[in-house]
Amino acid sequence: MTSPVIRMALAAVLACVATAASSQTLNTVKSRGVLNCGANGNLAGFGAPDAQGRWTGLDVDFCRAIAAAIFNDPNKVKFVPLSAKDRFTALQSGEVDVLVRNTTWTISRDTTLGLNFTGINYYDHQAIMVRKSLQVKSALELNDAAICVQQGTTTEKNLADFFRARKMRLKTVTFASPDETIKAYDSKRCDAFTTDASGIRSEMRKLANPDEHVILDDVVSKEPLGPAVRQGDDQWFDIVKWVHFAMLIAEEYGVTRANVDDMRKSDIPAVRRLLGVEDNVGAGLGLTADWAYRIIKHVGNYGESFERNVGQGSPLKLPRGFNALWNKGGLQYAPPML
Amino acid sequence: MDAAESAKPGVSLLNNPRARAIAYQALLCAAIAALAYGAITTASANLKRAKIASGFGFWNDTAGFDISQTLIEYSITSTYGRAFWVGLLNTLLVAAIGIVLATVLGFAVGIARLSRNWLVSRLAGLYVEVIRNLPLLLQLLFWYNAVLNALPERLQDSIRIPGGGYLNRRGLFLPEPVFGSGAGIALSALVFGIIAAIAYRSWAKRRRERTGFAPPVTVVVLALVLAPPLVALALAGFPVAFDYPQPGRFNIHGGLEILPEFIALLIGLSTYTAAFIAEAVRAGLLAVPRGQTEAAQSLGLSAWRTVRFVVIPQAMRVIVPPLTSQYLNLTKNSSLAVAIGYPDLVHIFAGTVLNQTGQAVEVIALTMAVYLSISLFTSLLMNIYNRRVAIVER
Repeated sequence: MTSPVIRMALAAVLACVATAASSQTLNTVKSRGVLNCGANGNLAGFGAPDAQGRWTGLDVDFCRAIAAAIFNDPNKVKFVPLSAKDRFTALQSGEVDVLVRNTTWTISRDTTLGLNFTGINYYDHQAIMVRKSLQVKSALELNDAAICVQQGTTTEKNLADFFRARKMRLKTVTFASPDETIKAYDSKRCDAFTTDASGIRSEMRKLANPDEHVILDDVVSKEPLGPAVRQGDDQWFDIVKWVHFAMLIAEEYGVTRANVDDMRKSDIPAVRRLLGVEDNVGAGLGLTADWAYRIIKHVGNYGESFERNVGQGSPLKLPRGFNALWNKGGLQYAPPML
Repeated sequence: MDAAESAKPGVSLLNNPRARAIAYQALLCAAIAALAYGAITTASANLKRAKIASGFGFWNDTAGFDISQTLIEYSITSTYGRAFWVGLLNTLLVAAIGIVLATVLGFAVGIARLSRNWLVSRLAGLYVEVIRNLPLLLQLLFWYNAVLNALPERLQDSIRIPGGGYLNRRGLFLPEPVFGSGAGIALSALVFGIIAAIAYRSWAKRRRERTGFAPPVTVVVLALVLAPPLVALALAGFPVAFDYPQPGRFNIHGGLEILPEFIALLIGLSTYTAAFIAEAVRAGLLAVPRGQTEAAQSLGLSAWRTVRFVVIPQAMRVIVPPLTSQYLNLTKNSSLAVAIGYPDLVHIFAGTVLNQTGQAVEVIALTMAVYLSISLFTSLLMNIYNRRVAIVER
């Protein structure tokens, strides 16, 4: 008797999905005058409001870069904090235009959720943190240890895979929110805590005594984190993809927030094209010729954003590692802007 | 309008009230069916257009995640369907035990609130007012942290329970009985004993009502339930072994494990619901006129018998309907388990499974259907019980 009501409610929600997905996202964003960005809200360094209530982070900068490219104003973004569990539904239903929430790119998410990942803005891996007092040197010793995990992430499954492949006994305690998870670990409900390595560095700062804990060297899994958009709007997919590439190319040619105006006078063809001085490469994206100039002017290049949010200029002090440019020994590589 | 009149010949079908009533009902049913059909087809068409997978194809896929408490066999390689049953059973377990505890505590507090002892009644009143006026989620978080912090954190410091059990921050670990061959006979003896006890109890009741002499009930019932299985076990040479919990490097493994999350959820749910039940019980007892007690006393009934046979049966008529809705509330509130890491249906199925399969519509619809079924079934049982205690009109 009640089930038709439930289905009706669901159908009503889904009716909105279709309209949002098939329309041109860029036009919707332009006429709305603000970009709706699905962000974390609780992960310092990637997405969280600071003490003044201003959103900061690597993922947050990504959304600001998109807004800068469209509106020439990095503040025309409405950040929607999403839990790991709700994030895909929010994107599917059109509540947000783009999801930039340290989200791991996997085949099932790419193919069954009606989403497309546009690239990888942070190469991460899953790691395990333990108390130093346990004197554990490797994750291989953790047979039968209780491990605190946040629910609704790839982390749960990766951890199970890691233990299953090594025929070790696994005991997980899962919580819905990251705060509850780290609190349970801190109150010694678990021997170990696991999530993405960058996430552990960020969560560690919530512990009573961060110095008493150590991150093990073992790589539990690859975690390529990237932005995602809805399927069915190729133009929007291209915009989000090339915002990332523009920031990489800027770093490659040494274009920074400080020197971007001087660089417009540069003789280097790649820089002239990037900054829209010659050849309008933005036309194919439906943006103005100076779209990339706006990004660098307001947000900076990828390296600047990295160092400011998660690198040496931040409390996390993460090394560039895989996230260095391809010509500096890393994996970040952008196709040419021709 | 009776049937004879409405079937009078010569009156047009349009003016026949019975025919019109049936027509309206049929129209309404058709409209609801059309709406439902339209909703389902729109939903599936939209899912298809948005390229979101739909259907229950995921049911037999490998779940690939671990669950901390499983009442049935479950491993990392089990299916999503299996994970659903694990979550459902965990919900039913905490709801069933919670209902029993909440009822016992609620009746005790409700009666205590009417006590002539000033201290007892005020303490009961304080309990009800404090517990009832705080959000349940806060209470659950309080109990979880209270349980965790009260228990020893290190394996070496575990509290030893006589008989081979351990209690520490990771949970309560007890020896688990493992039944060998011959235990089946004991089980059937137990079932036989329970049936015999029920039969004896109803015979005793009928005899009491007919003759006024009450045969002993408690002692005989206990003997009927316990004696047959014990005798059967003794004859079979006690085919029961115990799986003792063993301390390892990090944790205790083996034996029966009771999670601190379960204990915290159980305490939180039952104390919270008990406060509401206490108020229903108090209202029920106050609804019985004082004259009933006085009449029973003047007949020479003892204080206990006055309460047991005169006051409580009449009070139950008032207590049972609100009690039912408290039972339903407790079951539904158990979904707050997700906040403190107890693996209930919402946590496992509408949480992890939903996130890994991404099939929100199917998973949420099924979860709602499950809660609806549990609630309707509980109501059904309570309605049957209510009919038994309700006033029989003569």
